[in-house]
Amino acid sequence: MKFQDEFRDRELVRIMADNIRRMAERLAAPVNFMEVCGTHTMSIYQYGIRSLLPENVRLVSGPGCPVCVTPVGYVDQAIACTADADNIVATFGDMLRVPGSRTSLMEERAQGADVRIVYSPLDAVALAKDNPERRVIFLGVGFETTAPAIAASILEAARLGLANYCVLAAHKTMPVPMEILTADPDLALSGYLCPAHVSTVIGGNAYKPLVFKHHIPCVVTGFEPADVMQGIEMLLAQVLAGESRVEIQYSRAVTWEGNPKAQRILGLVFEPCDAAWRGLGILPGSGLSIRPELAAFDAEQVLKLAEPEGWENPACRCGDVLKGKLAPFDCPLFATACTPEAPVGACMVSSEGTCAAAYKYGR
Amino acid sequence: MCLGVPMKIITKDGDTVLAEVDGVQKEASIMLLAEEVNIGDYIIVHAGFAISRLDEEYAQETLRLMKEIFSPEDMQ
Repeated sequence: MKFQDEFRDRELVRIMADNIRRMAERLAAPVNFMEVCGTHTMSIYQYGIRSLLPENVRLVSGPGCPVCVTPVGYVDQAIACTADADNIVATFGDMLRVPGSRTSLMEERAQGADVRIVYSPLDAVALAKDNPERRVIFLGVGFETTAPAIAASILEAARLGLANYCVLAAHKTMPVPMEILTADPDLALSGYLCPAHVSTVIGGNAYKPLVFKHHIPCVVTGFEPADVMQGIEMLLAQVLAGESRVEIQYSRAVTWEGNPKAQRILGLVFEPCDAAWRGLGILPGSGLSIRPELAAFDAEQVLKLAEPEGWENPACRCGDVLKGKLAPFDCPLFATACTPEAPVGACMVSSEGTCAAAYKYGR
Repeated sequence: MCLGVPMKIITKDGDTVLAEVDGVQKEASIMLLAEEVNIGDYIIVHAGFAISRLDEEYAQETLRLMKEIFSPEDMQ
């Protein structure tokens, strides 16, 4: 497959592994590079990238899986939406098994709740159109990659004059948590592999304030193994030269300005809000809420949902895993009480979750 | 969640394209794209929407840079 196979070439990866080893010999101290995108996490495990790196170049997984950073209370609210038999809850597949305080959407569905998995939010709009007597509630979870698609679905529902489509929005935006983690002395981060597809929308410029404020190298990196290796190489070059700037490794898909049309549609529907992140707490301006003028499409406004219980199993260490402070293997529940078949925390549920990737591909 | 797949545009009808990867064909909306795309172009498809067009020239340039061998003199 073009734009994919050539970036999985073993010889290319080997050249860069050699480069990285030679560069790392010149490091004064070990470096910690964080990836903040679930697809990077998956790719790093899947292709065994860590095994190609010298000991003084460490990769740390951050809060890059949108399902994983979504608080338990949101799942409770989604489940509450299924209580009314007139409602259809539509969602991307990876939300289905995430544990709420007492149950998951999957368990509710087994009990008869109408929960549908859709591929595109437009499929949920079509569902609303085909079921005019019922209400379709779409679970709007995801970063800047996904939020424009959800925004487009709301605009489409408005265009069609649908009064029975709404979104339970819990979108998050990326640069804010990176700032918090950069300032955390325990993590001692030396650089970021910035997310690939989030950056197709927000552009490389979005990381400049972070670099300006914290002097931390940032490289927008693609998802194929050769991309990840080159991203690491570019971060190392910055560290060795004592520089900190934004670079775009994934230039075949990401520009400095990003995707202006996706940004415009995003801005038509959403506005920034404070948002709760599992593990990180409430971060100002790190979420997206539906604009008041579109309240008719905002499930929170339409349904007047009660305050969720939001009970998290105290033994679950997802919060620490998401901050990069605990490796999955060091969680006492990992692969014992918590498995992909019977997950305790969200990081074991989503295929992009750090624990799920670690479980599937091992160290 | 942010999974996106590079797909080739097979047909185009207004804001909707049919795109293909590994023999699998899927419809995608191009309403989020600012730039024009045409049959034969490669796009990244996420949740039923094209979010970016892939640039052949930049891809070749990236591959060229990947083949470069690091020498310490570069760092001086």
